[in-house]
Amino acid sequence: MEQRPRSFYYLAAFFCLFLLFLYGPTLTIGILSFQGKGGGLTFPMRGVSLNWFRELFEQQAVGDIWGSFRRSLALGLMVMVSTVVVSVMAGLAFRKKFAGSTVLFYLAITSLVIPSILVSLGVGLIFNQLGLKVHWTSSGFGSQLTWTLPFGLLIIFAVFNRFDKSYEEAARDQGATSWQTIRHVILPIIAPSLIGVALFGFTLSYDEFARTLLTAGSYNTLPLEIFGMTTNVTTPVIYALGTLTTLFSLAIIGVFLAVVWIVGKRRSRVGSDAGKAV
Amino acid sequence: MGKSRDIIAYLQAAPLMAVLLAFLVVPIGMIVVVSFWGATEFSIYPAFQFDNYAFLFGSPVTYKVFFATFKYAFITWIFTLSIGFTVAYFLAFHVRTQAMQTALFLLCTIPFLTSNIIRMISWIPFLGRNGIANQTLISWGLIDEPLEWLLYSDFSVILAFVHLYTLFMVVPIFNTMMRIDKSLIEAAYDNGATGLQTLWHVIVPLTKPGIMIGTIFVVTLVMGDFITVRFMSGSQKANVGRLISNDIALLQYPSAAATAVVLLCTVLIVIGVLLRFVNIRKEL
Repeated sequence: MEQRPRSFYYLAAFFCLFLLFLYGPTLTIGILSFQGKGGGLTFPMRGVSLNWFRELFEQQAVGDIWGSFRRSLALGLMVMVSTVVVSVMAGLAFRKKFAGSTVLFYLAITSLVIPSILVSLGVGLIFNQLGLKVHWTSSGFGSQLTWTLPFGLLIIFAVFNRFDKSYEEAARDQGATSWQTIRHVILPIIAPSLIGVALFGFTLSYDEFARTLLTAGSYNTLPLEIFGMTTNVTTPVIYALGTLTTLFSLAIIGVFLAVVWIVGKRRSRVGSDAGKAV
Repeated sequence: MGKSRDIIAYLQAAPLMAVLLAFLVVPIGMIVVVSFWGATEFSIYPAFQFDNYAFLFGSPVTYKVFFATFKYAFITWIFTLSIGFTVAYFLAFHVRTQAMQTALFLLCTIPFLTSNIIRMISWIPFLGRNGIANQTLISWGLIDEPLEWLLYSDFSVILAFVHLYTLFMVVPIFNTMMRIDKSLIEAAYDNGATGLQTLWHVIVPLTKPGIMIGTIFVVTLVMGDFITVRFMSGSQKANVGRLISNDIALLQYPSAAATAVVLLCTVLIVIGVLLRFVNIRKEL
């Protein structure tokens, strides 16, 4: 193998520092969440205990953490399913270059880059003027979609830009209807990327804050609950919660990656499924 | 054939259209309308007056806060761009196997999928008065007493922005770099270009679209932020987002809406300028 240039080692060191910068703080609060009973928000550790995790599980110590966790979970799943379905459908539409597609595309980009507080404020105002109550399943759900759909759409675009159209043409030549082509040719080919879209849909929703702030109503989602805690909780219990929710996110990412890996593995083992379709 | 194809396309695009209309277009229209309304201490009432804008543009605070917003965006942009470009360059050109590339790229992406608020909170043990940074500097003998400006300052705000948003630079730049034809780089070397010359005259120009997309992300995220500034400055610093959220907290919706309209116009102008340099759809 060719000798590595000296710049490689500098860049590798820089990259390691970058990873340390990314992960260091999170690891620190991971350690500090095991702080002893008398310990504070910074080092030194005054012993090691599970005290702060225990406090999390005692309902009265802090707010409605478990309720907000359940709501965030449910909302995340709702957003995930909608993001996959809506962005795949829109992705299919965009391949046909219909009139108005450019406007819709830039609208989606606007949705992504618009300051989140505008979505929060605007949706809040609309519901207010219509005399509707803001709720995480209605206004909160819609506001989060304005954040997750553009991401889903961008991923789908990237997928279709690399999509080999001859597969579809082959299907059509053999007499497949357009629905059969989508169902038996396009969807199976793009399936691994859809898992990626689902992962984005779920995690972006699960951690969303700014667009849910004025639109979740009286029942908080988990990020809102955590933010509320930052103003009045001054013990490592907030680190314990941070550690748990980060671990949960990591577990979700792990599950998705495992699914992608298994799907890829099965594909390479089974090989072509030509002739097995209807 | 053509007609039915069009109808199918519209049906497929309809859900996206519906969501964007209901939760983006109409709400923004509402903000524009309400920005002309009036407010008492307890309620808002329909009107068509320019009071909110007159107040906004008449107040020196507005200009200071907009300046601070641009300052945060610019400094964050410089740092995220230089760090993001270096990281993407390393991943794209120095990591040799694709498996390693994917693994390291994932390592960079994972924090993006965890909670921003937790990632902000996690700086406290580092930057606090008795935090790791101060303790280390004291033990090295570099300073005698703790630095006060590490936490709850412009420094911590920008540090958090860079921490949260560098990824938005890494991903598009890496994506563009991966599509650079490697033979162009070999050609540069064969013609006697040094590493730096190749970087500056071949790689950087070809990476421009990725840089532009990353820039759009970072600049708009920072300009629209209200929570990072509030949390990391301990409510001591302000940007436009905080101005809006403070008005909302006081139920002064018309005034919040006017500020929001001005912020939106500012952001759209910035993006409009940046978009002149790149065609997003071609770059995905």
